[in-house]
Amino acid sequence: MANLTRLTAAELSKRLGAGEVSSTEVTEAHLERIGAVDPAVHAFLHVDADGAMATARRVDDRRVAGETLPPLAGVPVAVKDVMATRGIPTTCGSAILAGWVPPYDATVVARLRAAGLPILGKTNMDEFAMGSSTEHSAYGPTHNPWDLGRIPGGSGGGSAAAVAAYEAPLAVGTDTGGSIRQPGAVTGTVGVKPTYGGVSRYGLVALASSLDQAGPVTRTVLDAAMLHEVIGGYDPMDSTSLDAPLPPLVEAVRDADVTGLRVGVVRELGGDGYQAGVRARFDEVVALLSDAGATVVEVSCPHFDYAFAAYYLILPSEASSNLARFDAMRYGMRVGLDGVADPSAEQVMAATREAGFGDEVKRRIILGTYALSSGYYDAYYGSAQKVRTLIQRDFAAAFEQVDVLVSPTAPTTAFRFGQKLDDPVAMYLSDVATIPANLAGVPGISVPSGLAEEDGLPTGVQVLAPAQADDRLYRVGAVVEAMLVERWGGPLLDRAPQLEPSA
Amino acid sequence: MRVASLVSYEQALERYDPVLGLEVHVELDTVSKMFCGCPTGFGAAPNAQVCPVCLGLPGALPVLNERAVESAIRIGLALNCTVAVECRFARKNYFYPDMPKNFQTSQYDEPIAFDGWTEVEVDGRSYRIEIERAHMEEDTGKSLHVGGATGRIHGAHHSLVDYNRAGIPLIEIVTRPIVGTGALAPVVARAYVAHLRELLVALAVSDVRMEQGSLRCDANVSLRPGPDAPLGTRTETKNVNSLRSVERAVRYEICRQASVLGDGGTVTQETRHWHEDTGITTPGRSKEQAEDYRYFPEPDLAPIAPDAAWVEELRETLPEGPRERWARLQAGWGFSDLEMRDVAGAGALVLVEQTIAAGATPAAAKKWWLSDLARRANEQGVEPAALPVSPKQVAQVQALIDAGRINDKMARTVFDGLLAGEGTPEEIVVAQGLVVVSDETALGAAVDRAIEAHPDVAAKVRDGKVAAAGALIGAVMKEMRGQADAARVRELINSRLVTVTPGSDLASQ
Amino acid sequence: MPADHWDAPALTRDQVAYLAGLARIDLTPAELDHLAPQLAVILDAVARVREVAGEDVPLTSHPLPLRNVFRADEVRPCLPADEALAGAPAVEQQRFSVPRILGEEA
Repeated sequence: MANLTRLTAAELSKRLGAGEVSSTEVTEAHLERIGAVDPAVHAFLHVDADGAMATARRVDDRRVAGETLPPLAGVPVAVKDVMATRGIPTTCGSAILAGWVPPYDATVVARLRAAGLPILGKTNMDEFAMGSSTEHSAYGPTHNPWDLGRIPGGSGGGSAAAVAAYEAPLAVGTDTGGSIRQPGAVTGTVGVKPTYGGVSRYGLVALASSLDQAGPVTRTVLDAAMLHEVIGGYDPMDSTSLDAPLPPLVEAVRDADVTGLRVGVVRELGGDGYQAGVRARFDEVVALLSDAGATVVEVSCPHFDYAFAAYYLILPSEASSNLARFDAMRYGMRVGLDGVADPSAEQVMAATREAGFGDEVKRRIILGTYALSSGYYDAYYGSAQKVRTLIQRDFAAAFEQVDVLVSPTAPTTAFRFGQKLDDPVAMYLSDVATIPANLAGVPGISVPSGLAEEDGLPTGVQVLAPAQADDRLYRVGAVVEAMLVERWGGPLLDRAPQLEPSA
Repeated sequence: MRVASLVSYEQALERYDPVLGLEVHVELDTVSKMFCGCPTGFGAAPNAQVCPVCLGLPGALPVLNERAVESAIRIGLALNCTVAVECRFARKNYFYPDMPKNFQTSQYDEPIAFDGWTEVEVDGRSYRIEIERAHMEEDTGKSLHVGGATGRIHGAHHSLVDYNRAGIPLIEIVTRPIVGTGALAPVVARAYVAHLRELLVALAVSDVRMEQGSLRCDANVSLRPGPDAPLGTRTETKNVNSLRSVERAVRYEICRQASVLGDGGTVTQETRHWHEDTGITTPGRSKEQAEDYRYFPEPDLAPIAPDAAWVEELRETLPEGPRERWARLQAGWGFSDLEMRDVAGAGALVLVEQTIAAGATPAAAKKWWLSDLARRANEQGVEPAALPVSPKQVAQVQALIDAGRINDKMARTVFDGLLAGEGTPEEIVVAQGLVVVSDETALGAAVDRAIEAHPDVAAKVRDGKVAAAGALIGAVMKEMRGQADAARVRELINSRLVTVTPGSDLASQ
Repeated sequence: MPADHWDAPALTRDQVAYLAGLARIDLTPAELDHLAPQLAVILDAVARVREVAGEDVPLTSHPLPLRNVFRADEVRPCLPADEALAGAPAVEQQRFSVPRILGEEA
């Protein structure tokens, strides 16, 4: 049984298809694994054993009846708790939504269900996806399986940890400024932020509407491509959804050929401020790509230096508006007021939001309210939107010279709990390499690039492609993965410490 | 302010010049809501017409209703607005329990239609109202206030919210300041809202029922010492739920503001609430600070760029406005401005139109409606349209004349018969034996007799005074007891008495 | 709030209190104390956008160049009322019961 949790989704799919194993067995194995290690890892906020097993059984029945099923049918998946799941509590890592059970499914979730993937449960996250460490969850942090005293990245630390700890072969996350890619880098897993509009946002509790995207969190590039093909594609319920077919992603993985591909190393991403081991692993990957037949040049995207600033104006502004709906009137927490017998609606709203939101959320709401306020709009929000244009132009110019851009995914490896909590800006700088892609709407992938020698912790390499060219991510990612796995003699995760089952 | 101490309306108008601004919200009659597929029907059970989108549930996203955009454009066109080449929605951020997202998806500095105008008729005078903008937004839910004395918000213990109405498409139409109405300000305000209502009915975009809230009006009023003075401080009055309320509320506000100013005070810029029962406005809750709506472009909706072809297509669907109609009819009938005004003044525009549609010439239609029939309507003290003579019958009578079967004098007899309910024109002609004598021999003989009986008149005609023949025609008609075709009689007289000289009057007849 | 203070991005405690009011969050005095300096540090970092945001640079509000995304005016299934109300803190007469609203009219 334990072996089943070590298989990739692609391998599970093959065995399920061949009838060698049942989804019930596979799902049960993962639920057992969760039971064994999640007390230490805390990747999950809610485990839906009954629901997952019911789906597994249905899939098994259909397969036995001779139906041809979609490729990932019967392969379990975990879903970041920011996505609405009908009948399963959805908290977004916040106290203000404690116990909220959505009456509807996000489109991504509906597609998972339609494709027959048992949903194991909802994974932990920084509250309302604001954070880079999952320390801002109202329900306690998730622990990095590589070192339980360290953060798993954020905001999607739960999904990345679940996959890294073999609690799930697949997970879905969301990425607004790096919340899929950065956890991928610090946990030795694969994370993809699709082209903006490539995956439906309907049912994804909004943080920054013009930046958010849902995407796959997996252990291998092929698994990510397979999952991406299930969840991606046009959704009429999302007005920002791209009405265009996905490029062939799994095919790009199987091609795994970068001969003649032009690769650009972004000068502005990866200098000082990036940990030595992170840079070293990155340089090695660049050399590998060269060996594999790619042409590597340096490109400059000068406005990337302003991306961080623009992001931390645009995100709080949109978030301050998106989070206004949490007002104790229709769902979620409602508090009474000490010593006030008959509070007004306004008082109840303000008291509930005070009690229900954590520090980081409050910080960003106030910041966003300020950036949008009368007299400041042009200087802050308006200026940030201009920087956004400049960053899009930088990407466009770069992609005229090269086919993909590469950089380290994050400046550091996983830091210790509490290390950056008192310094919001230091925390925000974890996203400095991932933010530009969200501002421009272009897709990005993080693929494990090895361990940093100074601390033995995972690092990641990021590949960026033009909008709607997600297949290039998979092409390059597959090559990098294959070459590194060969060099390592096995996946990077094999070197992670064994997690002891908790008593 | 107690009503008793208000200045009179006349006094107010003596001292001040009122300026109006009207904001009208129109609920569109689309079958589904602005951003989701929930039904919009009035009167459903509470919260039975909601979904994640219009409830503002976490994760929900809006998708724009095409028909709402279409209606918005058509309203803009009907108000002579420019339709935006490109526009976006914006979020208007504020907290209120009837707003599920605590922001309203609206349009801020990019309305879909702007810079228009419309004309309103009051007492025969035309007022041109400048339209600043028409923009799209969504409606809020509805609250019931429980526990207070009056069911209103003040003193209520708690409130109950129904979101069925949340998300229904609204178009907000905003005028520029309306000046120059003087004492007629309340009437003009009312006429404008009534006119808008008719326009919207003609466009078939809303059921415009003020009592159901599908047409809502906020009235802005300010006073200034005279027409050249700068605009005064304005108040905005809400809860104006009928045409009557519009007029009364504007009138009251003018009096109230005049009283305040007259006492040496200043008008507070505020929102006020109209009370139909007591006929007064009361101030809204004063806020410590003006609300900062922090507008920004709505990221969840794509910008709208209606292409020119679509706008033109929609322009074709507009009902004809009164001016266009007038111009079209005038051109088609070949009437002068004076003739058109005469017809309209007699209340006969539609009747003439219908008579022509039934086969008569414009001249003939006008002739009968403006002469005989107008006179008879006057005698009876009714509108011409109320006479028991139909445009079709008028056309039939004219057709009988054109066929030479009766003459104008006989036609009047026929009209008498129609008014008396004696049957169709044909039946009356037959029953009364009305037939034009067309026997040339008989006519010729009567002409000869008339010439012989009036030699002096005949001499004048011979001399070239053609008009004098009228007396001879009259004599013939008298002998024939009106049953002759006067034109033919004239021809016979001329042929006996007149030598046609090329270039003379006769030659051109 | 005065409109000419952008070049002094340090937020005062009073300004934070005002913003908290706009955002309907009842911040404690302790929170007001430590938020203001934290926000000031962040604002310092982000005020840089002004350096490159020239007059002639257009704003990007939407990353994708989508236009005219519509749906047909058709009815789709709603939520049953009981599901719509299921998460509500208080329900009465099939409506969301909310505390007294201070509201628009006195």
